[in-house]
Parts: sequence; C-alpha cells; structure tokens
Amino acid sequence: MKATLTILLENEAGALSRVAGLFSARGYNIESLCVAPTEDPTMSRMTLVTSGGEQVIEQIVKQLNKLIDVVKLQELTDGLHVERELMLVKVITDESLRGELLRLAQIFRGNIVDVASDCYTIEITGSSDKLTAFLEALPQGSILEVARSGEVGLARGSRSLKL
Amino acid sequence: MELNGAEILVQSLKQENVDIVFGYPGGAVLNIYDAIYAQNYVNHILVRHEQAASHAADGYARTSGKPGVVLVTSGPGLTNAVTGIATAFMDSIPMVVFSGQVATQFIGNDAFQEVDSVGITRPCVKHNFLVKDVKDLAETIKRAFHIATTGRPGPVLIDLPKDVTVATTEFKYPQKVDIRSYNPTIKGHSGQIKRALKMIKQSKRPIVYSGGGAVIDNASKELREFVSKLNLPITQTLMGLGAFPASGEQFVGMLGMHGTYESNMAMHDSDLIIAIGARFDDRITGKLDKFAPYAKVVHIDIDPSSIAKNIPVDIPIVGSVTDVLTEFLGLMAKNDYSPNPTDLENWWNQINQWRAVDSLAYKKDDSIIKPQYVIEMLHKVTEGKAIVTSDVGQHQMWAAQYYHFDQPRQWINSGGLGTMGFGLPAAMGAKLASPESDVACITGEGSIQMMLQELSTMLQYQTPVKVVNLNNRYLGMVRQWQEFFFENRYSMSYMDALPDFVKLAESYGHVGMQIEKPADVEGALIEAFKMKDRTVFMDFLTDQKENVFPMIASGAAHNEMLLAGRDEMKSTHDDGMSLV
Ligand SMILES: Cc1ncc(C[n+]2csc(CCOP(=O)(O)OP(=O)(O)O)c2C)c(N)n1
Repeated sequence: MKATLTILLENEAGALSRVAGLFSARGYNIESLCVAPTEDPTMSRMTLVTSGGEQVIEQIVKQLNKLIDVVKLQELTDGLHVERELMLVKVITDESLRGELLRLAQIFRGNIVDVASDCYTIEITGSSDKLTAFLEALPQGSILEVARSGEVGLARGSRSLKL
Repeated sequence: MELNGAEILVQSLKQENVDIVFGYPGGAVLNIYDAIYAQNYVNHILVRHEQAASHAADGYARTSGKPGVVLVTSGPGLTNAVTGIATAFMDSIPMVVFSGQVATQFIGNDAFQEVDSVGITRPCVKHNFLVKDVKDLAETIKRAFHIATTGRPGPVLIDLPKDVTVATTEFKYPQKVDIRSYNPTIKGHSGQIKRALKMIKQSKRPIVYSGGGAVIDNASKELREFVSKLNLPITQTLMGLGAFPASGEQFVGMLGMHGTYESNMAMHDSDLIIAIGARFDDRITGKLDKFAPYAKVVHIDIDPSSIAKNIPVDIPIVGSVTDVLTEFLGLMAKNDYSPNPTDLENWWNQINQWRAVDSLAYKKDDSIIKPQYVIEMLHKVTEGKAIVTSDVGQHQMWAAQYYHFDQPRQWINSGGLGTMGFGLPAAMGAKLASPESDVACITGEGSIQMMLQELSTMLQYQTPVKVVNLNNRYLGMVRQWQEFFFENRYSMSYMDALPDFVKLAESYGHVGMQIEKPADVEGALIEAFKMKDRTVFMDFLTDQKENVFPMIASGAAHNEMLLAGRDEMKSTHDDGMSLV
C-alpha cells in the first residue's frame, strides 16, 4: 500500500534527520521526500511517500507524531487530495526526432525549458504516474538524464493542516 | 541578572529542584565545573566512568521518580555515557544529560574531542538539543526537563558548546513551557473506557498484564484497587514487578520467557487481556502467531505507538495509566462490572491447578549453594524490604523470580536494553535517592566486572550497598543457551582468572566475604546487613550448572513451556534458532 503523508515540521537544524533516521532505524521505506519552508518561516512542510501494510503505515504515523519536531501530520491517502510532482528530462534530439518530442511534450502538457543543438530539456508536472508514463513514451535511448522532485500534495477542499 | 552559560546551567538546575548530578569533568565543561565549585546547592557525584554516571542517574530516577541528571564532557565523555542513555531510553526513565561540546566555531572541523553528540544520541533519546546561543539556554533546559518527565518519560540530551558556557546573558528561568508540537494525551477516551469495562464484564477468562508503565506512572494504588475489586488474576512483566504486590492473592507471577507456568498458561488460554502500561515485547509474547490465540485485548498506554505495534488491539486507550484506572474505579463504584461469578470461579480453579505445578521449585542442596536459595535468604534477611538492583543474566531472572517484590520502585533492572554493568552504579544512585533503605545489588562475576571501578565512588560518597555476587564462574545465561541450543559447546562463556573479590573489596576500602557453603548463606547476609554504613561485597560460590526455569524456548508457544527437572531442554522448533 502506498501512503502519502504531509507533515508540518519545526524549521530547525536536525529536524529532517530525525525523520530520515526514524525511517532507517525502523526499516521503513521512503519512496520520495520533499521538504521546504512554508508561509510561516518557523515551519517546513514535508511530503513523504512511503509504502507498507496497513499496520506498518499506522506505526509510521504514530512514530512520526512522537517526534518532538513534528508539529502536525496528515495522511493524504486517507481522503481526497491532489498530488503533483515536477520533473525535468534532458533528451537527445536530432532533426528527425524534434517533431515527435514537441508533440509528446504537448500531449503531456510539458514545456521545453532549455534548447541546445543536440538536446532539449523538458519540464513536466503531474501525478507521479503521468511522469512515468511520459518517460516510457519517449523514444528509446533518447533520455540523457532525469530529475524528479518527489510528490507534494494537499487535501482537497478546506481540509487543511493548520495550527 | 547577567550570568554566563555555566552559571545559568547551575541556576536552572536549582530551579528544577535538582540537588544531585552525576558526572565527570573534561576540557569542554570546565566552566560548568567552575560554576559548580562556586555554589553549594547542587551536589556533584564524581563517578569513575561516564557510563556509571548515566546508570547511577538512572538508578536515582527509578528510585525517586525524579529525573536523573548527568554531566559529561565532549567526545569520549559523551560516548562513554551513551550505553546508560540507551538503557534509560529503552525503559522510559526520565533523565537530562548535559554534554560539553567544542566551541561553536569549531563544530564540524574534527576539533579535539569533537563528536556529533546530537547525531550519536538521536536514536536513543526522547529528544536532544544543541544550544548555539546562550540566550536560548534557560528555555532549552526548561523544555528538556518538561519533555524528559512528561508523557512517556525518557532521556533528553543538551549539547553545550564551550563558548556558550562562557557567553553571558540576562538570566530568567521560564515558569511555563509551551511546545506546540508536544502535547501528550493524559486523559483516556471515556467511550473506550466504558467499552473496556463492558468487555471485562463479559469475559470468562480475563487476565491483567501490567508493565513498567504502572511503576513509572505511580499507578500502584489504583492498580491494586482495580485488581482486587474485580478479583482478576494479574501477571506483571520484568519491568512491572512490585506495582501489584507479589504476595497479593491475585498475583500469578511474572510472565514471558522465564515467567511462571501459571502466568503463561493463563495468558495463553485467556479470552481477555487487559494490558496496562506494557508493550508486548518479544520476551513477553514469544512467537507472535502463537501468542494468546483466544484473547481480545484492551490496551492502556500513554504512548500511542506502543499500542497495536506487535499485536492487534480491540480496545486501545491512550492515556496515563493512573488517570485511566481512576476512571475505571469511578465507573466501577456506580456499576458492577464483575465478570460472571461462576465463570470467574472456574477460571480461578484452572489457574490454581496450574499454580499447583509449582514451576519455581528447584532442587535444594546441602553441599553446593543454589543461587535461588541466596535470593530467598536475601528476601528473608531484608524482610522483603530492600531496594534491589541487578545486572543482566541468570542472576537477574532469579532475582525477579525469588525476591517477590511487594512495592513499586523496589526492583531496579535494565529490562529493555539488558545492559551488563548497570547494577552497581544503579545501586549507588538508588542509595543516594533513598538513604534510609537497604540497597542490594544482585550481580554475576561477569557483569560486576563491567563497572567494578564504582566501588571507589561508593567509598568516596559513603553509599553503602550490599553486593550479592552469584559467582558461577560462567557467563551463566550464555552458558545456559549454549547447553540447550548448541550441544554444550561453551564458546567463550567460561571466565578464568577471576579476581579475589574479597581482597578486591578490601582494597577499595569495603568489606569482602566469600561464602562457599549453603549453611553459611543466611549468616553471611545477616552479618552484612548489620553493617549499615559499610559496602559489603558478598561473593557466593554457586552451582555452576544451574539453569533458569521455567523457560519458553524460542519459537515455542506459552503453553509449551519447559520446567526444571521435568522436561528436556531443547529448542522445540527449528526456527527458534534464528529467533532470540
Ligand atoms: C554489555 C553486555 N554485553 C553482553 C551481554 C550479553 N549477555 C547477557 S547475559 C550474559 C552473561 C552474564 O554473566 P554474569 O554477569 O556472570 O551473570 P550470570 O548469567 O552468570 O548470572 C551476557 C554476556 C549483555 N547483556 N550486556
């Protein structure tokens, strides 16, 4: 089972390593982790994607809540929510491929953000599945490198993590 | 008033009513030691090894219920203390540790005696802090004490760079703490509480299983009332002994790997387990899929992550054990929640049959001292009133089985981490916390040698303790497992070249005795406890091949336990060899 957790964290040195340390010490998976300060500079928001059985996810939530630096936590996968990930892909191009790459980028609502004589860098956002689908759709052997941000997410409607 | 960091530390300790600190000086904490020198409120106990500082503070905390306080220098001072910090963490003991650190401008430069103390301790503290600005110091100390002592208690570390101890600021100790991210649930959910009582009423074979949480939360009175009012059988974990008296009618003994036959059988056959401040760890449950197959579970604990961690729970109640039991008692005063009397009587009849098996019986001997006999005599001579600390091994299990603790905070041992070396410094801490009590340290010749140097500290600070060394010339617990599971291949479990413990005790300025004959055991103990103001080291030469029984072998179920002299001891399941 995949679970996406959104966490408000004290914006303090060491807070991130407490979370990461908890996952490694207890043998939990981290599939992706994304963290940055919020509108309130004393707090960071972390989106963490993990996986495991129901009991494991329950323990992860409890153990995270126990960390003094964790201010609030919500399991997004518990309810309706939006999830987005950003990806930058650098692809090799030549005359024969450019047309197809442009078309693909358009279909996936991507943007070309850098152009060189032999390559394009495409920016694309969406659900993780969509990004993976885009990578699979690219012509074989054309990918030079990929950078993915990991998911960020928020609950739908007014349900929110506020103090 | 402008004070420097070192003075702020000492003044803050005073504000927290800390009158005793266990520590060891070094470069990074010299300013703090200078501030200690300049005052006479906080007493400092100079241990001989920093591990002993954290164990002694731990023993002090377990005895008094107050947080233990430790002060060590940077680098090796802190790393030495880590074993004691981890020991306290595993058993949820309130403790505040101050470690010196290199000056802020050197942090991260591999400076002399620098270690990443916050990083090293992170997995074994409840929380830790690195204070980089003296202005934050008083507030941080206030928070540290608050976190260490509330909710599920535990050790908290404050790492103090040397320059912070020199820098000055206006000192004002905060009166209140407010940590937005920390708010332990104290009061249990009243709906769940009612549901739990109804479940008790409907049960046919209920059992109360209480643990260290009942001791830590001082819930002994409420627990006793709850159990005796409903006449429920109660078993306690190694950490929980004494909260309910061993001499109490409803007590069926300790449970788990070396628990009594009746407690483990009752757990196995019960239809309702009421777990109180206990955490279903592997020494209790054994193999999970064979544990208590018919039981529903009510689980009361202050730490939500302890609930449903190892086994599924039907009624979780998050809250302080004392608070929840008080609510139970309130409802019980208005309504009768007793289980059906006939069912309960049948259950007690069954339990009494198991009791009749007398699983703690051992073969008496006239020529060789049986370790169990020493503990029984210790109980007799001290009238069951001593504070007993132990190290780790067979002697620890015998102490738990045969001392029959009647009061909480009377039994002090490292249950979670199982730290050899804990017993002696913990005894020193216990004696400092309760100077009027007799304190005994039950140990083995292996464990005692891990913290032997503290005999020196104990002379310096006049903390008389009676050391009961069950000397079997083996790392007995290791030998027992090798006998049972490794066909008597005693790899590295025999210790040769032991010191003469009598002379050793004498050279540290204490009294030493060696006892070889069963007939001398009681006399020696009487003589030792008469010497109120002396530490007496009693070296009992005990049966080398005695084993701890009963035992649930790894991989076996609670109704497959093995009894002394009645069962051949073998791991009954192949997968037992890979489990612990
Ligand atoms: C620091 C530490 N190292 C190793 C162990 C593993 N261990 C558990 S019991 C034991 C033997 C203890 O021997 P002793 O103190 O003589 O007690 P006995 O079992 O003989 O009563 C050992 C080595 C431990 N618990 N702690």
